[in-house]
Amino acid sequence: MTNLKPVDVAIIGGGWTGLLMAKELTARTSQSVAVFERGIPRRLQDYAVTMDELDYNIRLRMMQSTAEETITHRHSLKDSAVPVRQHGSFHPGTGVGGAGEHWGGASFRFLPDVFTLRTHLTQKHGASKLPEDLSVQDWGITYDELEPLYWKAEQLMGISGKAGNLRGQKIDGGNIFEGQRQHEYPTPPLKHSYASSMFAEAVRRLGYHPYPTPAANLSESYKNPDGVTRAGCAYCGHCQRYGCMIGAKAQPTNTLMPVLANRKNFQLRTQSWVRRIVHKDGRATGIQFTDARGEEFFQPAATVVLASFTLNNTRLLALSKIGTPYDPATRKGTLGRNLTHQVGGNTRVFFDKPLNAFMGAGELGSRISDFDGDIGFTGAEDGLLRLGMVALGSTGDAPIGSFGAMPAGESKSNWGSEWKKAALKWKDHSASIGLSGEHLAYRQNYVDLDPTYTDKFGDPLLRFTLNWTDHEFKQREFAARLQQKIAREMGARFEERLPARDRYNVINYQSTHIQGGAMMGTSPDSSVVNRYLQHWDMPNLFVVGASAFPQNAAPNPTLTVLALTYWASDAMIDRYFKHPEKLI
Amino acid sequence: MKRREFLTVPAAAVGGTLLYTLAGEPVRLQAQTGTVKVPLRFFTAEEARIVSAACARIFPSDESGPGANEANVVIYIDRQLAGPYGRDKYRYTKGPFVESYPEHGYQGKDNPRDTYRAGIKTLGDFTSLSPADQDAKLRSIEKTHFFQLLRTHTIEGMFSDPMHGGNAGLIGWQLVGYPGPTMSYRDEIDKHFGQPWRPKPRSLEQIAGRRGNPWEDEQG
Repeated sequence: MTNLKPVDVAIIGGGWTGLLMAKELTARTSQSVAVFERGIPRRLQDYAVTMDELDYNIRLRMMQSTAEETITHRHSLKDSAVPVRQHGSFHPGTGVGGAGEHWGGASFRFLPDVFTLRTHLTQKHGASKLPEDLSVQDWGITYDELEPLYWKAEQLMGISGKAGNLRGQKIDGGNIFEGQRQHEYPTPPLKHSYASSMFAEAVRRLGYHPYPTPAANLSESYKNPDGVTRAGCAYCGHCQRYGCMIGAKAQPTNTLMPVLANRKNFQLRTQSWVRRIVHKDGRATGIQFTDARGEEFFQPAATVVLASFTLNNTRLLALSKIGTPYDPATRKGTLGRNLTHQVGGNTRVFFDKPLNAFMGAGELGSRISDFDGDIGFTGAEDGLLRLGMVALGSTGDAPIGSFGAMPAGESKSNWGSEWKKAALKWKDHSASIGLSGEHLAYRQNYVDLDPTYTDKFGDPLLRFTLNWTDHEFKQREFAARLQQKIAREMGARFEERLPARDRYNVINYQSTHIQGGAMMGTSPDSSVVNRYLQHWDMPNLFVVGASAFPQNAAPNPTLTVLALTYWASDAMIDRYFKHPEKLI
Repeated sequence: MKRREFLTVPAAAVGGTLLYTLAGEPVRLQAQTGTVKVPLRFFTAEEARIVSAACARIFPSDESGPGANEANVVIYIDRQLAGPYGRDKYRYTKGPFVESYPEHGYQGKDNPRDTYRAGIKTLGDFTSLSPADQDAKLRSIEKTHFFQLLRTHTIEGMFSDPMHGGNAGLIGWQLVGYPGPTMSYRDEIDKHFGQPWRPKPRSLEQIAGRRGNPWEDEQG
């Protein structure tokens, strides 16, 4: 083990959170900051020849290698977990920029009641009416506190969208159900596709309120407050699972790295796999990592920021024996609690006319929030506490993935002449109306270290214990009825049936929005980090990312992750560095 | 040392002799005749002939258009199996290997190469069967991991960028009217509503002006 020269701040993970934290700290303090990223460097010019569906969309060439590290999954405490041998239900990234390189670009604010969900549900329904196993919590922070930081994050990326609630004024064409915002979006919405325009018109006729998905895929060229200029989107349809070859989609490499590259108090070490946070007497003393050649290093640091993907944040705390692992039987312990994903569910719709669906952008689309949170509920929805957004996106259909979509009953087989003929008849005639649903937290859904399976170094993998509950089935059924109503209004063909009540499945992609494990909160008895994302037990350790979410909200998490990173960095800069002790 | 094996394929399939038409019907422009020999990276010539025949039943050449044979799907599969994918370089392959729920996906130890080697044997004298008997044979193994891989790979070989060895002459993209990777649709995205817009397909190499970097060529 080689000891390196001490730094003031060691940041684990070179994605959105780690690099944004580095940008803030190096701009506003003289702290020396070193970021440790396990993957390789990534640059804009790398992406020119990566518009390849096979290697990137199907073989997932940008993702973390499951051969090196994966997770294990079981549905309940009674089962034994097996490894997720190939990525399926979510896609952890690797390399500089992390999953922020290959994300779609959806950039939502959460509804204000999301941040005080336990209080909200208790007031609305009464504690006795909530499911016994429900473990949702308040965040310890409010929407109003985050609002200026949401705006900072929107400016950083130049989010394209349309405000629906500007200082209390409801604006048609935006999301009128959103929390109050002080500013219009930095750039106007993306253009419509044929399919998304049909969706918007149909839901409007039904009396709902369509709005364009707020997107980090720029609708026009934009210069952010750091002076970084990016081009407008070309609608090439290669966003999610790809890096953007023109930099129109905000990614850490095109938004943060240009600024950080000139900072003297910043260094980035790639192919440096952090294995442990080293600590003594309740304080972190630094980090231990292994480089590409297998050499081990100790990097002493006065402060450690754990800013890797949700899963690795929790796993590294567990491997480093920081905090108390959660025990679902006794409900004692906090580390690993409240694992949530996102509740999806699609209705495939078929049209008489072709859609030219190969054109698109990561978050080109139209959606409604008329049933987000518990908006629009009449009280007749039996046991349904929260729903989410329903949307149609045109992300750019690619020929392998989209081949074979056809209405039910068009072909008996899924190969051979009859199938081929039907697939060719229906090619480019279908789209999907999706659900982005809030996933509530339950006492039985959590993560811990697997007792059997290990990573490439021999360290235990993270184990998911996760299954869907009755509430998620109700959400999907409600959403399916709504989607079918919209499909009918669009004049589309669709299958009139409710979704199966299937168990959690690790094969089919759902979203890369995994939350919880190192949640924030108001008490060390029920959370891992305080409202400033400072570890309750270790004042010089901050744990940043969606691991801090007590539960998922319906929308995608990135914008909230960035706003929280600003929130934590403000607390560090304004208070912590002056007196590096407990902030609460 | 392994003896180098070759597969003989119709020259037309590798010669880019198919002309695109707006109707989406590929039409043979030149009657390029004869055959060419393509070196195989993984299969023996006999294995390649069996796989090729099976792919041609999964995605047949028929009245609805060309199929796996014209696209050189077998060349695609051969290269995938020879590369990192074929030997599970990026799949989690630590034990113990246990059967689990279908929701946990393929949990087996065999990599795609092993699965093909064993699967091809189960097809026996496949190339000598009539098309109807070939279909019956495939129908009988439809639920196997091997068949599911074969079906998936056939579609991939039809429609992936030609740098991967299939989709010869962009025939798959012509068949479905996919223009290939395109730098910009900025001026097109909100036009052509309800009308088919089918620009002439181009490969990644054609639009980027340099060769791509297919994963199957990765060494080590």
